Amino acid sequence: MRLIDVAQFAACSLRGSPTRTLLMMLAMSIGVASVVVLTALGEGARRYVVDQFSSLGTNLVIVLPGRTETAGIGPGMLIGQVPREISLDDVQALLRSPGVKRIAPLTVGSATLSRDALNREVVVLGSTSELLEVRHMELGLGKFLPPGDIHESASVCVLGNQIKREFFGNEQAVGAWVRLGDRRFRVIGVLASQGESMGMRTDELVIVPIASAHQLFNTSGVFRILIEAKSRDGIEQVMHDAEEIMFQRHNGEKDVTVITQDAVIATFDRILTALTMAVGGIAAISLAVAGVLIMNVMLIAVAQRVKEIGLLKALGAPPVQIRRLFFAEAALLSGIGSMAGLLLGYAGSTIIGQIYPALPVSPPWWAVLAACATALGTGILFSVWPARRAARLDPVAALAGR
Amino acid sequence: MIELSQVSRSFTVGDQQVAALRGIDLSIAAGDYVSIMGPSGSGKSTLLNMIGLLDRPSSGTYKLDGGNVTALDDVQQARVRSEKIGFVFQSFHLVPRLTAAMNIELPLILAGIPPAERKTRVVKLLENYGLTDRADHRPDQLSGGQRQRVAIARATSMHPAVLLADEPTGNLDQATGKEVLHLLEQLVEQNVALILVTHDPVLGGRAARQINMVDGQIVSETGRAVGRVPPADAERRVEPDLR
Repeated sequence: MRLIDVAQFAACSLRGSPTRTLLMMLAMSIGVASVVVLTALGEGARRYVVDQFSSLGTNLVIVLPGRTETAGIGPGMLIGQVPREISLDDVQALLRSPGVKRIAPLTVGSATLSRDALNREVVVLGSTSELLEVRHMELGLGKFLPPGDIHESASVCVLGNQIKREFFGNEQAVGAWVRLGDRRFRVIGVLASQGESMGMRTDELVIVPIASAHQLFNTSGVFRILIEAKSRDGIEQVMHDAEEIMFQRHNGEKDVTVITQDAVIATFDRILTALTMAVGGIAAISLAVAGVLIMNVMLIAVAQRVKEIGLLKALGAPPVQIRRLFFAEAALLSGIGSMAGLLLGYAGSTIIGQIYPALPVSPPWWAVLAACATALGTGILFSVWPARRAARLDPVAALAGR
Repeated sequence: MIELSQVSRSFTVGDQQVAALRGIDLSIAAGDYVSIMGPSGSGKSTLLNMIGLLDRPSSGTYKLDGGNVTALDDVQQARVRSEKIGFVFQSFHLVPRLTAAMNIELPLILAGIPPAERKTRVVKLLENYGLTDRADHRPDQLSGGQRQRVAIARATSMHPAVLLADEPTGNLDQATGKEVLHLLEQLVEQNVALILVTHDPVLGGRAARQINMVDGQIVSETGRAVGRVPPADAERRVEPDLR
């Protein structure tokens, strides 16, 4: 018997009981669709987080003051010690590492920004000219912080897009003077609007030279150092150099933490991939349930078509062929069911994508593949028993409808 | 062509052994027209199933075209059925969701014959049996006589050497029954061995060879006694139907 004839015969018998076939396919397609939608959500969340981290910069190595201990409270904390801060000289010393491409120290604080009668509290970021490239920020108007001596506390500032709108509206901002705390700053640039990234709204930032920020907040420590390595392969080297340089400068104490952005991304990536797979796995259970339903339907089909099976045997169909006919039916059921499920799933993820445009919802290829494979697999697996039962029927009894 | 020697078949009903066939010796040649008659439960249907390879003898041998077919496995037997044996049943046994043409085509599909040849054969068969305008009708849209004609067309589609008909006119009125029987008898002229099971002596009497069965044994052929004389009350005995 030709394969195409097997398929046609199976399709014909499925059409013979349309309600049952439709319900069966519905069960199968809901299973596949739920796998597709749920993994699409998980994958969307993963990509959202990874994208957010990546937008912070490429090949980033981050130096933090203090040693992160996993053993709870360190002995220093009990006697009132705080980690030694990182000075601007430390930052400059890091430039000795050959792998460093750009370096941007960060100091964060808040101060009152005022212009004429307008004033509000803003987050002030102290940094250097290289921050723009390191953090992949975009400048809208004017210039960014001028390059030059890191210790020079020029009275210039760059405004976030929303701050500019709030304080200047449509007026010319570049060149104007604003007051930040107790100092006057000249606006030299405005950042382009770039939305939110990792919970920090750059649109509501005011960026000043790091030395100015230190004066403003009366500190001398650096909150973070962002180092951009020259290449991806250079990250290891930069990490090692940074630790070594800080070790020497801090009298042989390892009191800084060096992390890479890649490590952070990789961790999130792993966690969220595991989550996606777990959710997909739970959805796959519904596929197994659909498989059991297929078995049930096939058993009913065998019982209802006993006479037909007897006839097929009388007409010279060997057991193998009868098994194949029932397999084909199950495969068609689950095949068409999973196709419908895919459509449903993609439609569902598109709708979710419309509702949450920030989330890059798209089902991962492996989940789509796995869902279809599971659907077909369970469909065929669960039809083994009914098909065998059909093939084993005694032709004489079957013809008599017994 | 068909040679049965000492074929017996017994069933286990409850904890009892019931013999449906006892030591049947029978040989049928190509082009023979044989009717098997007897009361219900006499084993005539079992004998027919045996010849059609739907059932296996408990003992004895069955040779078809010189080959011992009792020794074949399921797959080989299915092949022999496909190539050499055609069935016509009392209740037609058409697949309800398939059209007349597709029902006729079914054995050809099962045998894996290419679509083009299938089509020409089906068209010819539809024509031969006057079913051309009924080709796309499903069985429930056909009359009893048309259904049995479809069944006969199906049984002959693989050009079998043996045609087994189990009460082919049982569900038909007399006129249609006669017509159907006529179609079957035409096949004998084409050198097909027709074996007809019936309990109607008028229909059975038309066959060149008439076999009477009682209690699982052939008691006479064409009116002549071949074995023991049946017990006087055998005709009236009511036995369970042992198909």
